[in-house]
Amino acid sequence: MTAETITLSADATIHPRWVRVCHWVNALAILVMIGSGWQIYNASPLFGFTFPGSVTLGGWLAGALLWHFAAMWVLVINGVVYVTLGILTGRFRRKLLPIRPSEVVADVKAALTFKLAHDDLSHYNAVQKLLYSGVILAGVVIVLSGLSIWKPVQFQELTALFGGYDTARYVHFFAMAAIVGFLIVHVALALIVPRSLRAMVTGR
Amino acid sequence: MRQRRIIPGVDPKLLIRDAARLMPDASRRGFLRGAASLGALTFLTGCDIIDGDTAEGVLRKVSEFNDGVQAAIFSRTKLAPTYPESAITRPFPFNGFYDEDDAPEVNGETYKLEVAGLVDNKKPWTLKELYALPEVSQVTRHICVEGWSAIGSWQGTPLSEFLQRVGADTRAKYVWFKCAEGYTNTIDMPTALHPQTQMTFKFANQILPRSYGFPMKIRIPTKLGFKNPKYVVAMEVTNTDKGGYWEDKGYNWFSGL
Repeated sequence: MTAETITLSADATIHPRWVRVCHWVNALAILVMIGSGWQIYNASPLFGFTFPGSVTLGGWLAGALLWHFAAMWVLVINGVVYVTLGILTGRFRRKLLPIRPSEVVADVKAALTFKLAHDDLSHYNAVQKLLYSGVILAGVVIVLSGLSIWKPVQFQELTALFGGYDTARYVHFFAMAAIVGFLIVHVALALIVPRSLRAMVTGR
Repeated sequence: MRQRRIIPGVDPKLLIRDAARLMPDASRRGFLRGAASLGALTFLTGCDIIDGDTAEGVLRKVSEFNDGVQAAIFSRTKLAPTYPESAITRPFPFNGFYDEDDAPEVNGETYKLEVAGLVDNKKPWTLKELYALPEVSQVTRHICVEGWSAIGSWQGTPLSEFLQRVGADTRAKYVWFKCAEGYTNTIDMPTALHPQTQMTFKFANQILPRSYGFPMKIRIPTKLGFKNPKYVVAMEVTNTDKGGYWEDKGYNWFSGL
């Protein structure tokens, strides 16, 4: 038995307080960023569609930009705290690693046939590991591509890394799409397994 | 100090058309009332959780904080990337708060650039005198607040050179521009003195056409497009922030790139 499992069986805390606080702050910030981002997108759409006004935030471009550039501080500061603590406490390493492709395949099959076990919320299956790691990575990409769009002169080296200003806009968009895709699955599963939602609120 | 100004000489017809095009509801008093009470938050919670005025106040404060952050990030020496002639976007898009047909027609014969504020020499400049100034050229990316961008070629004289010639007090905080159609713009002095900030008289080596800002545009490749005023008829070196057309409507003041 490792020290981790002993602790868990002792007080059964699934998510420490810092994880829960960061999670819900992030949830609010990302919703504001997505809603305002969609409104900003509508001012100069990259594809042949726009987002309906009922799901955007800001009312018009200037309002959306104000929301976007205010919530970005919450998103980034909270994100830095989360990633730093995730690395320093060893939580990322314990919970998210290793991700073995064979296990991912097996767990995807199990999930699609409704045979994936959810008995132990403190243990992530391979699909969860992949999705949680992936969304953290998407978070890093969306912040960096956002920075390169916001400051393509001052941070032009970063912008160049993303293939230039115009390409960085597409990267930013697809990172958003990845996060929204994750959110749909994430929220759906949290509702299917309400215990997981309770754990993210109370810790148990 | 932020001052709101009623801009003299603005065609009300243009303003109304503009407002109708861009504002979610022109009858709303605050520009964010709609922003704060409608949209995703209401959609998700089913109730109006944020009071419009409070949200607007907070967002404005954060925007002013962001002005400070951008001023700190701004480098006086870092140049905007430049591009080969072959990269120029053709046709370069017209952009304004009015239709191209309504763009101001400035008479080059009678045009005089007014210079005011903290300068030694307030003599107005004719176009002939302005054209005689040393010419530099740049091919840079114009980035619109809406997100799109286009590469253009601009020729003119560095604004810093002109400010030096008129004996401007470059310790002043701002340079304010007024345009023929009533558009206004205020920029910070460090940006005004940036080597690529240009008093532009030509596009792609041709005298600026009406749609691109004849007779003079201020080309600032380190700022968003709306901070690049066209049809400029007056400039003032000042310590008072007089705001600007879009800034007063809620766009971020610094809007640096």
